[in-house]
Amino acid sequence: MYNFDFEKPTSVADAVAALAGEDAQALGGGQTLIPTLKQRLASPSKLVSLAGIADIKGVCMSDDGQVCVGGATVHADVAANAGSYPALAALACNIGDPAVRARGTIGGSLANNDPSACYPSAALASGATIVTNAREIAADDYFQGMFATALDEGEIITEVRFPVPEAANYQKFEQPASRFALVGVFVARFADGVRVAVTGASEEGVFRWSAAEEALSGNFSADAVPAAPGADGMISDLHGTAAYRAHLIAVLTKRAVAACG
Amino acid sequence: MSQVTMTVNGKEMSGDAEGRTLLSQFLRETLNLTGTHVGCDTSQCGACVVHVNGQAVKSCTMLAMEADGAEVETIEGQAAPDGTLNTIQQAFQDHHGLQCGFCTPGMVMSAAALLKENPKPSEAEIRDYLEGNICRCTGYHNIVKAIMAASGQDVSAIAAE
Repeated sequence: MYNFDFEKPTSVADAVAALAGEDAQALGGGQTLIPTLKQRLASPSKLVSLAGIADIKGVCMSDDGQVCVGGATVHADVAANAGSYPALAALACNIGDPAVRARGTIGGSLANNDPSACYPSAALASGATIVTNAREIAADDYFQGMFATALDEGEIITEVRFPVPEAANYQKFEQPASRFALVGVFVARFADGVRVAVTGASEEGVFRWSAAEEALSGNFSADAVPAAPGADGMISDLHGTAAYRAHLIAVLTKRAVAACG
Repeated sequence: MSQVTMTVNGKEMSGDAEGRTLLSQFLRETLNLTGTHVGCDTSQCGACVVHVNGQAVKSCTMLAMEADGAEVETIEGQAAPDGTLNTIQQAFQDHHGLQCGFCTPGMVMSAAALLKENPKPSEAEIRDYLEGNICRCTGYHNIVKAIMAASGQDVSAIAAE
């Protein structure tokens, strides 16, 4: 690991100021960033820990019924405190292992946008709003491809607001070594339609499976899930071929719909 | 270099750390607490698990500076000062929960975190909680048995294979 300076501000404003320096980078829980630094795949001059900012931690319910999760909230706290959105709490409860869940944060996960991470599927399927120090970004505009997001340099996720669906379920086919999703499907049924978001499968990162959304909005049953999408553009690696991942999308979507009851 | 101070096993300890100094490295090389093991150094194996402010974390994937001011518990703080093993450690000995012992510090610290949050876990809950702790000797059965026993439960029903 190359060396870097370390700062731990206690307010969003101080963190934004600290991140204005050249090659400064925000540090959430470090469960991805620290391994990345060890491999020398990143060499920031300064890390700005967001863990000291009490204002952006915790889970609450907004007046309009959305579950609001502070950007620096660790997975374990989402698992324990997001009970009003059970599918979201269940997803958080199954990320990595207990020690990883005690450190990793929702903001870190969404800012990194790993193509196999769990949270992007929840945010996209829920139609969440990603709130930063500067603006509010709709999930549909936020995810811009593998490891790419709408965030500007030095922009910090302060909160993620999840509308709560009538029914929702996340199905994850785990890659057993990393515990990331080989493929994960989040299905959310709202009064005005169904949203289906897929992680782990596409080279473009998390995406909405619109054919399934259309079919399920008309008939919310496992039998209505369409045939698996084509393998073009799916990830192919030693853990699974593109065709295998495409196949899993339909299987997991059916399981998620069935689990919604 | 900056000075980092933390309360380790109830005692305030300080030392110099760089930004990149890992908590595992700080504990082992600066504070000479070598009971915390570094197995994979990639956050997979869990040999380096310690408690930071009561939470089990992988100390190889946390910076020493992130733990500045924190309460840290390591394997060295588990036994009584006279060397008497605590309940979990004794159960690991009684049930052969270790062979080579390399993963044991992390196993014991994870087990302690589990029992604090769930004093009577089922076998399935124990196995699930140990997902991030890898043992290459025991096949886990005796570790699971030890944790069951440490929680005061009957171990005769634990799967033998």
